[in-house]
Amino acid sequence: MLAMTYRGPYRVRTENKPMPEIEHPNDAIVRVTRSAICGSDLHLYHGLVPDTRVGMTFGHEFTGIVEDIGSTVQNLKVGDPVLVPFNISCGSCFFCKKELYSNCHNTNPNATAVGAIYGYSHTTGGYDGGQAEYVRIPFADVGPWKIPDWMDIEDAVLLTDACPTGYQAAEMGEIKENDTVVVFGAGPVGIFAAKSAWLLGAGRVIVIDHLDYRLDFIRNYAQVETINFTQIKDIVLHLKKLTDYLGADVCIDAVGAEADGNFLQTFTGVKLPMQAGAATALNWAIDSVRKGGTVSVVGVYGPTFNLVSMGDVLNKGLRINANQASVKRYLPRLVEHVKEKRLSPKDIITHRIPLEEVADGYHMFSSKLDHCIKTLLIPPKAA
Amino acid sequence: MLDSTELKSKIPGWGIDLDPKNRPGVPREKTSPHGTGAHWDVPDRQIPRVKIYKSSERRSLTPVFGTSCPPKGLSGVLRDYAYSLSEARKSHWFLLIIADRVDEVEGILGSIFQLRPHNPLKEMGLATEFKGEGFRSRFGQHRADVRRMRMEALLVLGLGALLLGRKFIFRNPDKQSTEGLSTDRRKFGRRSSDRQKVA
Repeated sequence: MLAMTYRGPYRVRTENKPMPEIEHPNDAIVRVTRSAICGSDLHLYHGLVPDTRVGMTFGHEFTGIVEDIGSTVQNLKVGDPVLVPFNISCGSCFFCKKELYSNCHNTNPNATAVGAIYGYSHTTGGYDGGQAEYVRIPFADVGPWKIPDWMDIEDAVLLTDACPTGYQAAEMGEIKENDTVVVFGAGPVGIFAAKSAWLLGAGRVIVIDHLDYRLDFIRNYAQVETINFTQIKDIVLHLKKLTDYLGADVCIDAVGAEADGNFLQTFTGVKLPMQAGAATALNWAIDSVRKGGTVSVVGVYGPTFNLVSMGDVLNKGLRINANQASVKRYLPRLVEHVKEKRLSPKDIITHRIPLEEVADGYHMFSSKLDHCIKTLLIPPKAA
Repeated sequence: MLDSTELKSKIPGWGIDLDPKNRPGVPREKTSPHGTGAHWDVPDRQIPRVKIYKSSERRSLTPVFGTSCPPKGLSGVLRDYAYSLSEARKSHWFLLIIADRVDEVEGILGSIFQLRPHNPLKEMGLATEFKGEGFRSRFGQHRADVRRMRMEALLVLGLGALLLGRKFIFRNPDKQSTEGLSTDRRKFGRRSSDRQKVA
């Protein structure tokens, strides 16, 4: 089968790999119909995630059709169209029983600090991902969600990660009626976080980024205020002025490890692996939120340490809520929002390219060329 | 700032999840009303057929695991050692990153020995620089990454200039006499002024 493979930092290609097999009685094999390149795939692509091995297939946002099932699978049958949450979860461990599916303790042998994710290095379990023609799905009775007949496949693929992550980011902000919410990052997750902030009752939503085309998009898509931080001398001071010198009620970090805006942070966190990514957006969030406010973190950071303004967290009495999205618990509500047209995830897709051109897709997304926001990969048999 | 009524009329779905009862993640820890899909108390165990690492912070291998790209070569030796250290040790993670770079070199060498050398230009997708209007996408767009790259270029040029300057200083006419002095010092030990200082 054809699959994207990692060759080293900034180098990927498609090549023929052996078909995945049923390796556990509750496995399924899914023929991929659509997969997406996620912003967090770029951390792998840039060689920043430990234990990313040459030959691995990335991809944790995908939909497909069930091709084969293991002997104990009860909830799926061959031919079912499914969307597959990016977390691999057992449904029965201490954490899954509390609906913390992203923290499942039974699927990632390589680390305890992070759950298992499809196609996201051996640090998250060593599973090949969905940027391929076929993919193995462990615990098929727990993760996959049957796509309703009325749902567009392109909406479905964005419900596997970007949309639930954005919604969870807003929800973890504990937004109250008419709160001022600042979202750092106008990428796909930032877009859905901003959109979700309205559903949760925010009174004002401000989005910060440095890419004008993304800010233009989000202004129209989510009816928010936007600021390009490169046009402001001091973004924290600017936000204080906009909020009567108190600070925002909620700040959301939807950027993570590869933030720009502070040369020292980027140099020590991205160029040299001296810290687990550049914590620029996180520090801006901490400094821009009001005392007693909430900082919600869904931007991905590495497993080591970061230079973070911890003193400000303490002295301002902040609450920091963070986690990878537990997609499964959000799906019923988000599917309802899509059905009622409160959310239209597919509208953020800007590029649809054949799987064979995966290297072009990664470079375009990584370098933010051609006004790229979200790229879908289409395998040959699904075109 | 608009009030709630104005926001409701302007934004479809505004406030529909304002009530915490409508928020799927509230409270943060709860039993799923729909069930998790699991119909087992203890899951069956996958049989390892390739080498699988286990975090030293785990009692045993997890019931399922990925089998992509088993460890091999020198990078595998480094990973062996990294996984003997706990996740709390920074050296665990740094060793894995070093192993990744070694793995990359092994991949390049492997492709050469198999007479199927890589095509880095294609693998880097550089053709999109033309298709995706690389220049226009980057310049005149207020991009922070482009500004940073300028800083990085300046830093590299500055370091280069510093190194060249150092070389130039060592090449100046005094160099010869300095060399002569050091030879004299080797031959005759400290200068008399040095001896006075010691005294």
